[in-house]
Amino acid sequence: MLHVRQMIIIGSGPAGYTAAIYAARANMKPLLIASSVEAGGELMKTTEVENYPGFPEGIQGPDLMLKMQEQAERFGTEVILDDVVSLDLTGAVKTVTLGNGDVHEALTVIFATGSAYRKLGLEDEERLSGQGVSWCATCDGFFFRKKTIAVVGGGDSAMEEATFLTKFADKVYLIHRSDSFRASKVMVDRAEANPKIEFLFNKRVEHIYGDGLVSGVGLIDTVDGSETTINLSGLFIAIGADPRTHLVHGQLELTSAGTIAVSGRTSVTNLPGVFAAGDVIDPHYRQAVTAAASGTVAALDAEDYLAALPADVLASASPVAVSA
Amino acid sequence: MSNAKEVTDATFVDDVLNSSDTIMVDFWAEWCGPCKAVSPILDAIAAEHSDKIKIVKLNVDDNPEMAMKYQITSIPAMKVFRGGEVVKTVIGAKPKPALEADLAEFLA
Repeated sequence: MLHVRQMIIIGSGPAGYTAAIYAARANMKPLLIASSVEAGGELMKTTEVENYPGFPEGIQGPDLMLKMQEQAERFGTEVILDDVVSLDLTGAVKTVTLGNGDVHEALTVIFATGSAYRKLGLEDEERLSGQGVSWCATCDGFFFRKKTIAVVGGGDSAMEEATFLTKFADKVYLIHRSDSFRASKVMVDRAEANPKIEFLFNKRVEHIYGDGLVSGVGLIDTVDGSETTINLSGLFIAIGADPRTHLVHGQLELTSAGTIAVSGRTSVTNLPGVFAAGDVIDPHYRQAVTAAASGTVAALDAEDYLAALPADVLASASPVAVSA
Repeated sequence: MSNAKEVTDATFVDDVLNSSDTIMVDFWAEWCGPCKAVSPILDAIAAEHSDKIKIVKLNVDDNPEMAMKYQITSIPAMKVFRGGEVVKTVIGAKPKPALEADLAEFLA
């Protein structure tokens, strides 16, 4: 018979690890499924994080995530580097199946899978992906030394990537489909002050050209409809992300924004014992620190749920450990 | 960290192009997070299929010549060589089952 745990956390960004820190400190011995190649989440692909409190000098995204993992493990979180392939959340005992075939069971699940990069949806995007089309400036910027490239998007990530890429590229176009930005003022100001960055406002990418490698893009002006072509060798796409919910379709209710629906300021989903946290419930703020806070809420909600369960149900799960 | 043999600009012809084995070259760099994430998965695949495929690593920082020759613009980039020719390219870190599916023809 399977060993039923008190809690399984799915996701290893700030929400997942913070939920794990709280749950582990409450002796719930959480199991955290971190993913095989995306462990640590989106911050693994960023460089300097300047707005996470407690690090006045800033901290590298991957370092921050490693510290969160260490902190979660210090209190007894078990971390598995694999991917969830299916989930059954409907019963009192939840079942989680991993890529290696292992099945784990728990009385509560915290779902904190974050979001996945949005694509432009163009015909040649997939074909030229890895051939000049990229979603990761920190991974691929190196290959565009002294080249002309472009970043598409108008949020903080687009500004950050454009600024970062000027370390390598001679010229970085920032292509944005309107003339106002979602990005914070400090990030826009920094990009605007950079002589290598040229803003192209009110432009939508219509075509990506290139045989083996990207050679240019075709743009349409969103105001007057005119078309232009720019020669470039790299296109970095930073147009936002969509909540990663495919594992729970048909089980958890979603909002019109595509995020998992939770009750008010809680992490409580439509299914008892299932809680959601981080970017997967947040269509708006999506910061490392708001995700971390959201993870805390989920751990506390799950703790309340477990405390209210009949004693015999709780006893069937892993006992609350008493340190020797 | 990884068990895979490192190849370089200098050894590429001997180690990869002139080899009679099926060899996959993992183009990687120290600063690439996804490269580090996929590295143990490649080790596991190499260990499980050592009779079918050899997996070696090329650091693109230290070996710009080969990175340029094979037009690497995104890493991790994994290229399978047979008889000196690239017969398959896989780009980006992927979970083990997905990589095994991409490489199925070489692992069978």
